Amino acid sequence: MWGKLSWAAIPFDQPIVMAASACVALAITGVLGWLWLKGHLPYLWKEWLTSVDHKRIGVMYIVLALVMLLRGFIDALMMRAQQAMAFASSGYLPPEHYDQIFSAHGTMMIFFVAMPFMIGLMNFAVPLQLGSRDVAFPTMNSVGFWLTATGALLVNISLFVGEFARTGWLPYPPLSELAYSPGVGVDYYLWALQISGVGTLLSGINLVTTVLKVRAPGMSYLRMPMFCWTTLASNLLIVAAFPILTATFAMLLLDRYLGFHFFTNEAGGNVMMFVNLIWAWGHPEVYILILPAFGIFSEVLSTFSRKPLFGYRSMVAATMAICVLAFMVWLHHFFTMGAGADVNAIFGIATMVIAVPTGVKIFNWLFTMYGGRIVFSAPTLWSISFIVTFVIGGMTGVLLAVPPVDFVLHNSLFLVAHFHNVIIGGVLFGAFAGYTYWFPKAFGFRLHEGLGKAAFWFWTVGFYVAFMPLYWLGLMGMTRRLQHYDVPEWRPWLIVVACGAVLILIGIVLQVTQLVVSIRRRESLRDATGDPWNGRTLEWSTASPPPSFNYAVLPNVEGDEAYWGMKRRAREADPEPQYTDIEMPRNSSTGFICAFFSTVMGFALIWHIWWLVGVAFVGAYAVFVMLAWRDRHEDVIPAELVARLDRANRAARRAAPTELQVVS
Amino acid sequence: MHRRAPFALAVAAIAMSVAAHASVLDPRGPIGHADKTILIDSLAIMLAIVVPTIVATLGIAWWFRASNRRARHLPEWAFSGQIELVVWAIPLMVIILLGGVTWIGSHQLDPAKPLSSPVPALEIQVVSLDWKWLFIYPRQRIARVNQLVVPAGVPLHFSLTSASVMNAFFVPQLGSMIYTMNGMATTLHLQADHPGTFRGISAHYSGDGFSDMHFDVRALPPSEFAAWIETTRGEGQALTAARYKELAKQSVNVPVTSYKDVDPELFDSIITLALPPGPGPATQRAGLQKAAEH
Amino acid sequence: MNSVQAIPVGTHPFHASKRILVGYGFWIFLISDIILFAAFFATYAVLTDRTADGPSGKDLFDIGNVAIETACLLTSSLFCGFAGIGAQARNGRWFFGAMTVTFLLGAAFLFLELREFAGLIADGAGPTRSAFLSAFFALIGCHGLHVTAGLLWLLTMMAQVLAKGYRPDILRRMLCFSLFWHTLDIIWVALFSLVYLVGVTQ
Repeated sequence: MWGKLSWAAIPFDQPIVMAASACVALAITGVLGWLWLKGHLPYLWKEWLTSVDHKRIGVMYIVLALVMLLRGFIDALMMRAQQAMAFASSGYLPPEHYDQIFSAHGTMMIFFVAMPFMIGLMNFAVPLQLGSRDVAFPTMNSVGFWLTATGALLVNISLFVGEFARTGWLPYPPLSELAYSPGVGVDYYLWALQISGVGTLLSGINLVTTVLKVRAPGMSYLRMPMFCWTTLASNLLIVAAFPILTATFAMLLLDRYLGFHFFTNEAGGNVMMFVNLIWAWGHPEVYILILPAFGIFSEVLSTFSRKPLFGYRSMVAATMAICVLAFMVWLHHFFTMGAGADVNAIFGIATMVIAVPTGVKIFNWLFTMYGGRIVFSAPTLWSISFIVTFVIGGMTGVLLAVPPVDFVLHNSLFLVAHFHNVIIGGVLFGAFAGYTYWFPKAFGFRLHEGLGKAAFWFWTVGFYVAFMPLYWLGLMGMTRRLQHYDVPEWRPWLIVVACGAVLILIGIVLQVTQLVVSIRRRESLRDATGDPWNGRTLEWSTASPPPSFNYAVLPNVEGDEAYWGMKRRAREADPEPQYTDIEMPRNSSTGFICAFFSTVMGFALIWHIWWLVGVAFVGAYAVFVMLAWRDRHEDVIPAELVARLDRANRAARRAAPTELQVVS
Repeated sequence: MHRRAPFALAVAAIAMSVAAHASVLDPRGPIGHADKTILIDSLAIMLAIVVPTIVATLGIAWWFRASNRRARHLPEWAFSGQIELVVWAIPLMVIILLGGVTWIGSHQLDPAKPLSSPVPALEIQVVSLDWKWLFIYPRQRIARVNQLVVPAGVPLHFSLTSASVMNAFFVPQLGSMIYTMNGMATTLHLQADHPGTFRGISAHYSGDGFSDMHFDVRALPPSEFAAWIETTRGEGQALTAARYKELAKQSVNVPVTSYKDVDPELFDSIITLALPPGPGPATQRAGLQKAAEH
Repeated sequence: MNSVQAIPVGTHPFHASKRILVGYGFWIFLISDIILFAAFFATYAVLTDRTADGPSGKDLFDIGNVAIETACLLTSSLFCGFAGIGAQARNGRWFFGAMTVTFLLGAAFLFLELREFAGLIADGAGPTRSAFLSAFFALIGCHGLHVTAGLLWLLTMMAQVLAKGYRPDILRRMLCFSLFWHTLDIIWVALFSLVYLVGVTQ
């Protein structure tokens, strides 16, 4: 009846897990109870959970990412504590628990923090920047988000029902095959990522179509803000790379569930094929994450330097070059597999070639700042810290791309330091910059600046303390994923590293505080104009938060930096437009209900509860049929309402002192 | 932020000058030396551009702060063909230089390339098991678990495979690592220049017992090595199929053990799966097993 | 905002009409689907010699059966095209007639494929026999699953037209279904040539 599921699946014998589960359960009950008591649930359901508004979906993606960041970071703290303690002893985490933690940490941070954070920011900002009312496929966008959330939920369920994978964030066979990992951990991993992978693919299709086909009049390709270009590149990579991940995981699932022999030791299975396939997705994935961050830095540095982005066309070329090259370098993840010298050298050099467009970007950012009047707001700080940090991370990356160097540093803590250097220093700093930059657009008030800067300093210093010693440990021959060790020389550095993690923890606590304080003091942080940073792109030309239709009248783009141009053509003389009715897509619970059924289906598949799989599949199918049967897809927002909302914003803008004099 | 650049430089300086214990910066063989040289050279080439970039970033950001009215103000300046040429050219030239280093280095240090030496190479076969290492000396028909004994100054020709999951054979002070994979053999050439004891590890995560998968490499003077071979041949157990099967089961902290009368075809039987791969865990989950025992 | 005149969505070159949008987005999905198949193809190519001393394609493939399968699928595409025309013309007889034939041919294809699979498994040449057979079953089975999903979609389409008529949104879905069905055809042509034809000649 319940497949492999029994009471033995609940780890009653592991106090850490049980305590953590109890905390999570309490927190969820607390939040739900508060929402219920305050009567917020109907609002939450109508305005958020069933919303197909790209801005709301973007915000929900970011909320998911921030919550999962906390979970992933707790894993990181536990690992750091374990390695600081486990010199010539077994520390406080047994291997079977420690191995789950580092696997969950990597899986969480890439798939459920970095990805939703970036997709959230793209969803929120790109349609606004393009001057569009909406994305191409709003309901599908909602489904994509909810499938991502399903994956995150499944990974978290594994905390207290069964176990998570003990195979690292990429489950290399044969370790991940049934013979060596007979538990449900790998199944949790695979189904969670299969489901969220479909969500990511839907999101990718939606954003590619949006950028290519849904833009304001006059918004030609070479007038698009940089973030739109990097979004296009990143989502093209999603469309091209995620199917490979789906196929690879499908093969591993077939091996585990039906006794196929893709990657087994027996019957001709080929492990090297898994490694090739997974990195054919995995390397583009790195650029899926970093390219949007590059876009955010371009927006932020240009806005806060009060200058156009330097070398825009060069930046576009560099972005698209990275997009193409991303697919040609996957082999550098396994130089130590024993491929011939020619193969290794070619892939090593191909990898280095990516450093050229990346270097071009760095220099163009420098020249964007050159001659500017740089305002050191929190997003600027994140961006400048990014340049410095990313240059170091890029350097060590190119170093690892030299095969003989990789032969001695592969899989070492040097590698761990490198990819945290580019992912924290690049992706996460970019996400934080974008979060602070677009927060007032999303909610109509700014985040507290002082706390944001304090968080920035703790994060940056904490990052250097936590990861620079790892480079050194790697050079000392310490490999990754060690549950314990007996080399005394490593220990002092691991203690320093643990202290760095504590500094980052303070940074995170400050960020949470910043959010709470900003919400409480929202009236004093209010921005009525919709343009708090003296922005240059279209999203700053509408109200904050923008109305559901984004623009009362579609903006007419007449040059680069659309909004800057409009502002310079004197806002005072701007006559009032003719308002018309606007059709907007209706909200739909399809995504949410579909996520419910896919969670049930995923869970049933993991535990081999076959009848429940069937029930959940029928349920999910029925939801889609109901959506298809809907007679009305759109609601009409009457012209009077549009006019009222827009007039209020226009009045606020006229009342605000214009900063344009500073520039001219 | 201004505190960071010197910090990074300090780390680099330490890395280059101090020979740390058991590190890849303290190599004891020709491959390790060559790997280290390429590491330092590549790092130096890149630091030549990275350090100025970091300094320029911090300098430009600070000088052009909004409150500095002495700074030039170019609010419209967004393109310069000459600058674009330079910013594409600089990284390109660095990469061309580094690409040359990579091409030459990859070929010179190809793990499959034999070392040039007047002394003939010693054949050693390496099998990674869950979670221990089996070193086979096929010509000498002996084998040893969890300790690798080699003659100093003699090229070593390793053939490597795995009896179960993937691992990587790595002796940091001797240089290059290589994966071990079931059903196939990889090749590696190393050499220890002088007698000594070095730390060997598995550099690819292989499951719960992974942390204990390290071993000592003892490099002996050739005469002592010959003597060691002789003694080992005469003592210990024979590595029969039954004993191998026992060895292949999952276990950690297996004491150093020598075997005699090793079948010279043993390694091939493992690769061709004539000897079946090592079994996985007996139960689904260690925690569950413990709960059941209570 | 300088423009005084409101510009309706879908009437200027940078904002496509709904029909174009849906078709365009669906094409992008199809590209990703083709990449999925490419991954399975690549795997099949790598594993095609890994028969673990078991049977190879030459021993197993019945090219006659596969030829009938191919004929069924290709003809079904023709009728799917007729159904599309019928829907555009809002001609119920054409639409429902052609969709029914499409369904029957697709179901016949699937039946023949399943019969082939059942025969192989009965002969001890199932997917667990060797890596080659794993890759074969996964590649062909992936296509078969797509056909199954397509048949389910086809029935849903018919029910929708029956219940709701030829609404623009339903016609857009019909366009997507048509694209999907033709893509499955194209992929099958590749499967037929690279798996079966190459398999029997090797």
